Amino acid sequence: MAFLKFSPDSLDRKPDPEHVARIRSHSRAFGRHQVLRDIDLDISPGEFVALLGRSGCGKSTLLRSLARLDKVPASEVQIEGRTSVAFQEPRLLPWRRVLENVALALLNTPQRADRLALAEQTLEEVGLTDKLDAWPLQLSGGQAQRVSLARALVSNPTLMLLDEPFSALDALTRIDMHQLVIELWRRHSMAILIVTHDVDEALALADRLVILDEGRIAHTWRIDLPRSDRAPSQPEIASTRAEVLKALGVRPTPPNPKRDPLKNNVDNQGAA
Amino acid sequence: MIVGVWQILSSTGALDERTLASPAQIATRTVELVQDGTLGTATLVSVQRVAIGFVIGASIGVAFAIAAGLSRFADDAIDPPMQMLRTLPHFGLIPLFIIWFGLGETPKLALIAMGVAFPLYLNTLGGIRGIDNKMVEAARSMNLSWGQRLRHVIMPGALPQTLVGLRQSLGIAWLTLIVAETISAHSGLGYMINHARDFLQIDVIVVGLAMYSLLGLLTDGVVRQLERRALVWRS
Repeated sequence: MAFLKFSPDSLDRKPDPEHVARIRSHSRAFGRHQVLRDIDLDISPGEFVALLGRSGCGKSTLLRSLARLDKVPASEVQIEGRTSVAFQEPRLLPWRRVLENVALALLNTPQRADRLALAEQTLEEVGLTDKLDAWPLQLSGGQAQRVSLARALVSNPTLMLLDEPFSALDALTRIDMHQLVIELWRRHSMAILIVTHDVDEALALADRLVILDEGRIAHTWRIDLPRSDRAPSQPEIASTRAEVLKALGVRPTPPNPKRDPLKNNVDNQGAA
Repeated sequence: MIVGVWQILSSTGALDERTLASPAQIATRTVELVQDGTLGTATLVSVQRVAIGFVIGASIGVAFAIAAGLSRFADDAIDPPMQMLRTLPHFGLIPLFIIWFGLGETPKLALIAMGVAFPLYLNTLGGIRGIDNKMVEAARSMNLSWGQRLRHVIMPGALPQTLVGLRQSLGIAWLTLIVAETISAHSGLGYMINHARDFLQIDVIVVGLAMYSLLGLLTDGVVRQLERRALVWRS
């Protein structure tokens, strides 16, 4: 069976010490607003996890907990090794050249020459060899996001956190970026957690889809199909897509015979 | 052109030499003042005053701004008094400074420092406050220490605004110098001008004033160069 569906209760109870991140009973509240409720989530080394949810479901908060951007109890969120983050906006320093922006993530490496060499190598991996000396303001959105990826990659993290990194890009650039992320992920074998509300992006990239709803993990899907076989028309992808959309509360539009010549579109098949 | 007309007016006697000296006369006097070292010494003394006062005031202004910009506690402690003092024209403090520090160098330096500190404080603080917090957060996600964030994110981020403050404060520094030297001085350009007034040497006064404006232009040019170098990333 290519797809295994887990309910939240049965999620990852097998004893497995090998985790890059282990979240246990993690709750967070801002004032009286409960953002995360009792989250349990493990991420294995090299695993690619997509965290999906509607706006305000707490997915970015969970990412911030993992990135240690907010103070969280060490007993609730345990991280093995290094994390790095690529944000929705590239967040490059406009007053540093591209190469220096990437090298900045290595400031704790003592030799400046080493930092620059490694930064250059990483920029080569994201295909920006010709932009080493450019200023961030001279880059296109896609290029800036590549630099941001390189910066997240250069410190050789065990867990890379991507916070809706492609949502501001145009559709074609986004497809390029998906390819790039997969390539980088294969080559460096770090674990990735991507926060997104793009279901197709999650289906194209991840080994596991986790849906967050009102601060709780509502559903989890594991996708074992090779990434090259994940065409939207692929029946298993299509049915999962429909399930995910349903879990997110998106109702497929009922077909209207007067306006729509297709009798059964992919979504309706899956949802049935 | 203007100098030509001016010279003609002076030569024909239309412009009384007791009102304004002729350009030729001023030129000769300039050469004299340069040759006997009066102008050089006076300029050096004045530049020194501005430099010392500026360094003191700038250090205080920038240090206070960084403290207030980065710490809630320092902000509460520093900002209200600074905002109160800011509204006080610093020339109003001259009588107080004379009583406190006498008539020597100290009140002049203190006055220049006062004038310099506020524009730099306000602009640097504004610059720090204006930094996108997301940038600082990105730096934190890269495990950069407090010092590293200050050096690579906060200071360069606040720099454009700080340079605006720098230009303002240098203008104020020269203005303050002129006022301070006119009130009392035993050396410097202001002294040279005051001394010339007592002997009705209008040409010397004009030379002194020209020197003041030249120095102001010069420092402004330096800051403009600095801005161009430091802000290349904006183009």
